[in-house]
Amino acid sequence: MKLVYFAWVRERVGKAEEDVVPPASVKTVAELIQWLVGRGEEYAYAFEQAKSIRAAIDRSHVRPDTPIAGAREIAFFPPMTGG
Amino acid sequence: MMQATIRLQREDFDATAESAALTRGRTDIGAVVTFTGLCRGAESGEPITALTLEHYPGMAEAEIGRHVEEAFARWPLLGATVIHRYGRIQPGENIVLVVTASSHREAAFAAAEFLMDYLKTRAPFWKQVESRAGAAWVEARDADDVAAARWDKPPGREAAE
Repeated sequence: MKLVYFAWVRERVGKAEEDVVPPASVKTVAELIQWLVGRGEEYAYAFEQAKSIRAAIDRSHVRPDTPIAGAREIAFFPPMTGG
Repeated sequence: MMQATIRLQREDFDATAESAALTRGRTDIGAVVTFTGLCRGAESGEPITALTLEHYPGMAEAEIGRHVEEAFARWPLLGATVIHRYGRIQPGENIVLVVTASSHREAAFAAAEFLMDYLKTRAPFWKQVESRAGAAWVEARDADDVAAARWDKPPGREAAE
Protein backbone atom coordinates (compact mmCIF):
# COMPACT_ATOMS: atom_id res chain seq x y z
CA MET A 1 0.00 0.00 0.00
CA LYS A 2 1.00 3.59 -0.54
CA LEU A 3 1.48 5.90 2.43
CA VAL A 4 1.36 9.67 2.01
CA TYR A 5 2.31 12.31 4.56
CA PHE A 6 1.46 16.00 4.80
CA ALA A 7 2.61 19.15 6.63
CA TRP A 8 4.76 18.51 9.72
CA VAL A 9 4.14 14.77 9.58
CA ARG A 10 5.79 14.81 6.12
CA GLU A 11 8.66 16.94 7.39
CA ARG A 12 9.31 14.68 10.36
CA VAL A 13 9.12 11.43 8.39
CA GLY A 14 11.38 13.05 5.80
CA LYS A 15 9.44 11.97 2.73
CA ALA A 16 6.11 12.74 1.09
CA GLU A 17 5.17 9.17 0.21
CA GLU A 18 6.37 5.58 0.21
CA ASP A 19 5.17 2.06 -0.56
CA VAL A 20 5.05 -0.36 2.37
CA VAL A 21 4.00 -3.96 2.95
CA PRO A 22 3.06 -4.27 6.62
CA PRO A 23 2.77 -7.76 8.14
CA ALA A 24 -0.66 -9.40 8.24
CA SER A 25 -0.85 -8.82 11.99
CA VAL A 26 -1.24 -5.07 11.33
CA LYS A 27 -4.98 -4.71 10.90
CA THR A 28 -6.00 -1.16 11.84
CA VAL A 29 -4.83 2.41 11.32
CA ALA A 30 -3.63 2.56 14.95
CA GLU A 31 -1.68 -0.69 14.51
CA LEU A 32 -0.14 0.66 11.32
CA ILE A 33 1.09 3.71 13.24
CA GLN A 34 2.58 1.44 15.93
CA TRP A 35 4.32 -0.61 13.23
CA LEU A 36 5.71 2.53 11.56
CA VAL A 37 6.99 3.85 14.91
CA GLY A 38 9.03 0.64 15.24
CA ARG A 39 10.72 1.29 11.90
CA GLY A 40 12.84 4.22 12.95
CA GLU A 41 13.23 7.34 15.01
CA GLU A 42 11.89 9.63 12.28
CA TYR A 43 8.55 7.78 12.53
CA ALA A 44 8.66 7.81 16.32
CA TYR A 45 9.13 11.59 16.11
CA ALA A 46 6.36 12.08 13.53
CA PHE A 47 3.86 10.02 15.51
CA GLU A 48 4.91 10.96 19.06
CA GLN A 49 1.65 12.87 19.58
CA ALA A 50 -0.52 10.03 18.27
CA LYS A 51 -3.74 11.78 19.29
CA SER A 52 -2.92 14.74 17.07
CA ILE A 53 -2.48 12.63 13.95
CA ARG A 54 -5.36 12.38 11.52
CA ALA A 55 -5.67 9.63 8.91
CA ALA A 56 -7.46 9.06 5.63
CA ILE A 57 -7.93 5.86 3.66
CA ASP A 58 -8.39 6.26 -0.06
CA ARG A 59 -9.09 9.97 0.44
CA SER A 60 -11.76 9.74 3.15
CA HIS A 61 -11.25 10.56 6.83
CA VAL A 62 -11.03 7.49 9.08
CA ARG A 63 -10.70 6.75 12.80
CA PRO A 64 -7.76 4.91 14.41
CA ASP A 65 -9.74 1.66 14.77
CA THR A 66 -10.59 1.51 11.05
CA PRO A 67 -9.36 -1.69 9.32
CA ILE A 68 -6.73 -1.11 6.65
CA ALA A 69 -7.51 -4.25 4.62
CA GLY A 70 -7.92 -3.40 0.94
CA ALA A 71 -6.60 0.16 1.33
CA ARG A 72 -4.66 1.51 -1.65
CA GLU A 73 -3.57 4.82 -0.16
CA ILE A 74 -3.35 5.77 3.51
CA ALA A 75 -2.57 9.36 4.48
CA PHE A 76 -1.31 10.74 7.79
CA PHE A 77 -1.44 14.44 8.63
CA PRO A 78 -1.88 16.98 11.45
CA PRO A 79 -5.24 18.58 12.30
CA MET A 80 -6.33 20.63 9.30
CA THR A 81 -5.94 24.40 9.17
CA GLY A 82 -7.51 25.42 5.87
CA GLY A 83 -10.26 27.90 5.14
CA MET B 1 -31.49 24.03 -11.25
CA MET B 2 -28.77 23.32 -8.70
CA GLN B 3 -25.33 24.49 -9.68
CA ALA B 4 -22.18 23.48 -7.79
CA THR B 5 -18.65 24.60 -8.60
CA ILE B 6 -15.56 23.49 -6.69
CA ARG B 7 -12.08 24.64 -7.64
CA LEU B 8 -8.66 24.38 -6.08
CA GLN B 9 -6.16 26.72 -7.63
CA ARG B 10 -2.88 28.49 -7.13
CA GLU B 11 -4.04 31.73 -8.75
CA ASP B 12 -6.32 34.40 -7.27
CA PHE B 13 -10.10 34.51 -7.81
CA ASP B 14 -12.61 37.31 -8.40
CA ALA B 15 -15.38 37.05 -5.80
CA THR B 16 -17.66 39.47 -7.66
CA ALA B 17 -17.32 37.58 -10.94
CA GLU B 18 -17.95 34.22 -9.23
CA SER B 19 -21.08 35.53 -7.55
CA ALA B 20 -22.33 36.99 -10.84
CA ALA B 21 -21.65 33.69 -12.63
CA LEU B 22 -23.83 31.87 -10.10
CA THR B 23 -26.84 34.14 -10.61
CA ARG B 24 -26.54 34.98 -14.32
CA GLY B 25 -29.80 34.38 -16.20
CA ARG B 26 -31.59 33.20 -13.05
CA THR B 27 -34.76 34.69 -11.60
CA ASP B 28 -35.38 32.01 -8.95
CA ILE B 29 -32.47 33.13 -6.74
CA GLY B 30 -33.43 35.72 -4.13
CA ALA B 31 -30.36 35.57 -1.90
CA VAL B 32 -26.62 35.22 -2.46
CA VAL B 33 -24.10 35.08 0.37
CA THR B 34 -20.45 35.60 -0.57
CA PHE B 35 -17.73 34.89 1.98
CA THR B 36 -14.08 35.61 1.24
CA GLY B 37 -11.30 34.58 3.60
CA LEU B 38 -8.12 36.70 3.35
CA CYS B 39 -4.57 36.37 4.53
CA ARG B 40 -3.93 38.56 7.59
CA GLY B 41 -0.67 40.42 8.00
CA ALA B 42 -0.19 39.12 11.55
CA GLU B 43 -0.63 35.80 13.31
CA SER B 44 -0.95 35.79 17.13
CA GLY B 45 0.22 39.40 17.17
CA GLU B 46 3.38 38.70 15.15
CA PRO B 47 3.77 40.19 11.66
CA ILE B 48 4.00 37.58 8.88
CA THR B 49 5.46 37.84 5.39
CA ALA B 50 3.36 35.11 3.77
CA LEU B 51 1.30 31.96 4.21
CA THR B 52 1.96 28.75 2.34
CA LEU B 53 -1.00 26.42 1.98
CA GLU B 54 -0.27 22.75 1.48
CA HIS B 55 -3.13 20.48 0.41
CA TYR B 56 -3.88 16.84 -0.37
CA PRO B 57 -4.72 16.80 -4.09
CA GLY B 58 -7.59 14.48 -4.85
CA MET B 59 -8.84 14.30 -1.29
CA ALA B 60 -9.34 18.06 -0.95
CA GLU B 61 -11.69 18.15 -3.95
CA ALA B 62 -13.51 15.00 -2.76
CA GLU B 63 -13.92 16.25 0.80
CA ILE B 64 -15.21 19.68 -0.26
CA GLY B 65 -17.54 17.92 -2.71
CA ARG B 66 -18.97 15.81 0.11
CA HIS B 67 -19.66 18.94 2.17
CA VAL B 68 -21.26 20.77 -0.73
CA GLU B 69 -23.52 17.74 -1.28
CA GLU B 70 -24.36 17.77 2.41
CA ALA B 71 -25.22 21.49 2.21
CA PHE B 72 -27.57 20.84 -0.73
CA ALA B 73 -29.20 18.02 1.30
CA ARG B 74 -29.68 20.23 4.37
CA TRP B 75 -30.90 23.49 2.82
CA PRO B 76 -32.94 24.47 -0.26
CA LEU B 77 -29.89 25.79 -2.10
CA LEU B 78 -29.98 26.79 -5.75
CA GLY B 79 -26.23 27.11 -6.19
CA ALA B 80 -22.90 26.94 -4.42
CA THR B 81 -19.31 27.81 -5.36
CA VAL B 82 -16.24 26.94 -3.30
CA ILE B 83 -12.77 28.04 -4.38
CA HIS B 84 -9.74 27.33 -2.20
CA ARG B 85 -6.25 28.52 -3.10
CA TYR B 86 -3.02 26.72 -2.31
CA GLY B 87 0.64 27.69 -2.54
CA ARG B 88 2.19 30.94 -1.30
CA ILE B 89 -0.22 33.72 -0.38
CA GLN B 90 0.73 37.18 0.87
CA PRO B 91 -1.08 39.39 3.41
CA GLY B 92 -4.14 41.02 1.89
CA GLU B 93 -4.59 38.32 -0.73
CA ASN B 94 -7.61 36.03 -1.01
CA ILE B 95 -7.44 32.47 0.39
CA VAL B 96 -10.92 30.99 0.15
CA LEU B 97 -14.30 31.81 -1.39
CA VAL B 98 -17.72 30.39 -0.53
CA VAL B 99 -20.78 31.57 -2.45
CA THR B 100 -24.22 30.18 -1.68
CA ALA B 101 -27.49 31.00 -3.45
CA SER B 102 -31.07 30.28 -2.46
CA SER B 103 -34.57 31.70 -2.81
CA HIS B 104 -34.37 33.19 0.68
CA ARG B 105 -31.56 34.44 2.87
CA GLU B 106 -31.76 31.96 5.78
CA ALA B 107 -30.56 28.99 3.73
CA ALA B 108 -27.84 31.00 1.99
CA PHE B 109 -26.42 32.38 5.27
CA ALA B 110 -26.57 29.03 7.09
CA ALA B 111 -25.08 27.00 4.24
CA ALA B 112 -22.19 29.47 3.82
CA GLU B 113 -21.34 29.20 7.54
CA PHE B 114 -21.66 25.42 7.45
CA LEU B 115 -19.31 25.18 4.47
CA MET B 116 -16.72 27.47 6.05
CA ASP B 117 -16.82 25.66 9.41
CA TYR B 118 -16.20 22.35 7.65
CA LEU B 119 -13.51 23.75 5.36
CA LYS B 120 -11.62 24.85 8.48
CA THR B 121 -11.71 21.49 10.22
CA ARG B 122 -12.23 18.76 7.62
CA ALA B 123 -10.76 19.88 4.29
CA PRO B 124 -7.14 18.64 3.99
CA PHE B 125 -5.25 21.96 3.91
CA TRP B 126 -2.42 23.05 6.18
CA LYS B 127 -1.15 26.60 6.65
CA GLN B 128 2.46 27.45 7.28
CA VAL B 129 3.37 31.03 8.22
CA GLU B 130 6.56 32.74 7.18
CA SER B 131 7.85 35.44 9.48
CA ARG B 132 11.17 36.89 10.56
CA ALA B 133 11.41 34.00 13.04
CA GLY B 134 11.26 31.49 10.17
CA ALA B 135 8.54 29.10 9.03
CA ALA B 136 5.99 27.57 11.40
CA TRP B 137 2.91 25.40 10.92
CA VAL B 138 -0.33 26.97 12.11
CA GLU B 139 -1.93 25.02 14.95
CA ALA B 140 -5.57 23.99 14.69
CA ARG B 141 -7.86 26.09 16.90
CA ASP B 142 -10.28 24.44 19.33
CA ALA B 143 -12.76 27.21 18.50
CA ASP B 144 -12.92 25.94 14.91
CA ASP B 145 -13.78 22.42 16.14
CA VAL B 146 -16.51 23.86 18.35
CA ALA B 147 -17.90 25.86 15.41
CA ALA B 148 -17.97 22.77 13.20
CA ALA B 149 -19.50 20.57 15.93
CA ARG B 150 -22.66 22.69 16.10
CA TRP B 151 -23.65 21.26 12.71
CA ASP B 152 -23.37 17.67 14.02
CA LYS B 153 -27.07 17.30 14.62
CA PRO B 154 -29.61 15.13 12.86
CA PRO B 155 -29.83 16.19 9.19
CA GLY B 156 -33.07 17.73 8.05
CA ARG B 157 -33.67 19.85 11.13
CA GLU B 158 -32.71 23.08 9.42
CA ALA B 159 -34.92 22.30 6.46
CA ALA B 160 -37.90 22.11 8.81
CA GLU B 161 -37.15 25.44 10.47
